[in-house]
Amino acid sequence: MDRASILRTTAWLWLAATVAVLVVGFRQAIFLAPMEATMGNLQRIFYYHVPHAILGLVFPYINLAASLAYLYWRRRDPLKALSADALAVASAEVTVLFAGICLVTGMLWGKPAWGIWWAWDARLTSELILWLLYVSYIMLRRFSPTGQTPTLAAVLSVFAAIDVPIVFMSIRWWRTQHPAPVFGGGADSGIDPGMMPAFLWNLAGWAMWGFFLIAFRFALERRRQIAEQDAALIAIEASLETPQ
Amino acid sequence: MRYFGYVLDHLRKDLRLEWRSRDSINGMLFFVLLMVVVFSIAFDPAGYPTITRQISGGILWVGLLFASMTALNQSWAREQRNQVLEAQRMAPSPASALFVGKALANMLFVLAVEAVLAPIFVIFFNLQVLGNAWLLALILPLGTWALVVNGTFFAALGLRARNRELLLPLILLPLSLPAVLMMVQATTGVLTNDLDPIQIRTWITQLAGFDIIYTTACVLFFETILNAE
Repeated sequence: MDRASILRTTAWLWLAATVAVLVVGFRQAIFLAPMEATMGNLQRIFYYHVPHAILGLVFPYINLAASLAYLYWRRRDPLKALSADALAVASAEVTVLFAGICLVTGMLWGKPAWGIWWAWDARLTSELILWLLYVSYIMLRRFSPTGQTPTLAAVLSVFAAIDVPIVFMSIRWWRTQHPAPVFGGGADSGIDPGMMPAFLWNLAGWAMWGFFLIAFRFALERRRQIAEQDAALIAIEASLETPQ
Repeated sequence: MRYFGYVLDHLRKDLRLEWRSRDSINGMLFFVLLMVVVFSIAFDPAGYPTITRQISGGILWVGLLFASMTALNQSWAREQRNQVLEAQRMAPSPASALFVGKALANMLFVLAVEAVLAPIFVIFFNLQVLGNAWLLALILPLGTWALVVNGTFFAALGLRARNRELLLPLILLPLSLPAVLMMVQATTGVLTNDLDPIQIRTWITQLAGFDIIYTTACVLFFETILNAE
């Protein structure tokens, strides 16, 4: 079996495993996990919200690692650098997706629980800024001139990764100066052991799904890069054939 | 030491060019005056003096943020027009010297605008500084540098992009949000005297930290983005 078909088989198996884990997670979260004291069934959205929040903080660092790898290999090994760039764009897009889902599920929970769609407290504001940073990364990739895109994006990725801890710390300091009203039942206010299986199954399932999406987008980007290289090669060969 | 010689050369070049046309400064000054008027119409400072004092820190920095963005883009356009960037590539000086010189020049222009803006603010908003006004002499430069250093860097980053003017705010604003928070909180703390000196000092320290971190990052990465092909 050649490499492509091994990869394809692995991808299908991983997808099947992911769906299986997500199905178990769904059953755990919706039917088996104990009912929460104050919020009732509304709390079950946390099994989706919290894994997405956690993963939305992991994927930016995959983006950072890939961007640094790109900058390192840029002059030393251009082919490896191209792969690194493909991973960078894939992980950035999945970050935007996961952070976006975190924000939306949070809002869906917030309206019935708090009566308001949004609050400018520490965690929400930091998550929103994280989302904005990676959307700006994608905008830069779209607007920059073709040859420069990977380098410029890699540099912005480093700046964004430096900014993420600064954002979280400064906004938390801002909000602890003027403490916001404490809404009951925060996500990490001591989780009941009965809820752990649901939480862990969902964390595993969404992590597998996130990695699957990154790998899929990576493969897509690699195909685009290879197609671009082939087109460039054809253009060069054609130019050699035309009489000077 | 030679590095600072290069920085100084670039700085003098930018200052001289700006002095001859005075485009940037005039544009920024008028823009900032217009922003003050627009905000006055929007928020009615005369009717609500206490609220005005509480939001004037934010208005000041938002106005400066947008005014400096108008100047930043065209500061690099000037370099492109006269093939300065190609000359820079062949010159012995490191590219970061060009960046530092230009960032310092932009800093001086924005500080000049602030020096004119501050009295206008006091007049139009009937502002009285309730806290220690000397702290503002520390906060304003630190905050301005945070905006200018990142702004100059990202203006250069987007130099050959299509929609260059649109790209700068899209990249600069998310990244600068924590810095904007720090400078607005510090300024408002001084204006309203609602914050402890320790809290104001913490904001100032965070802002200084932001400045140091990002100045280092910008100087290190400037050569990379200038020769990004």
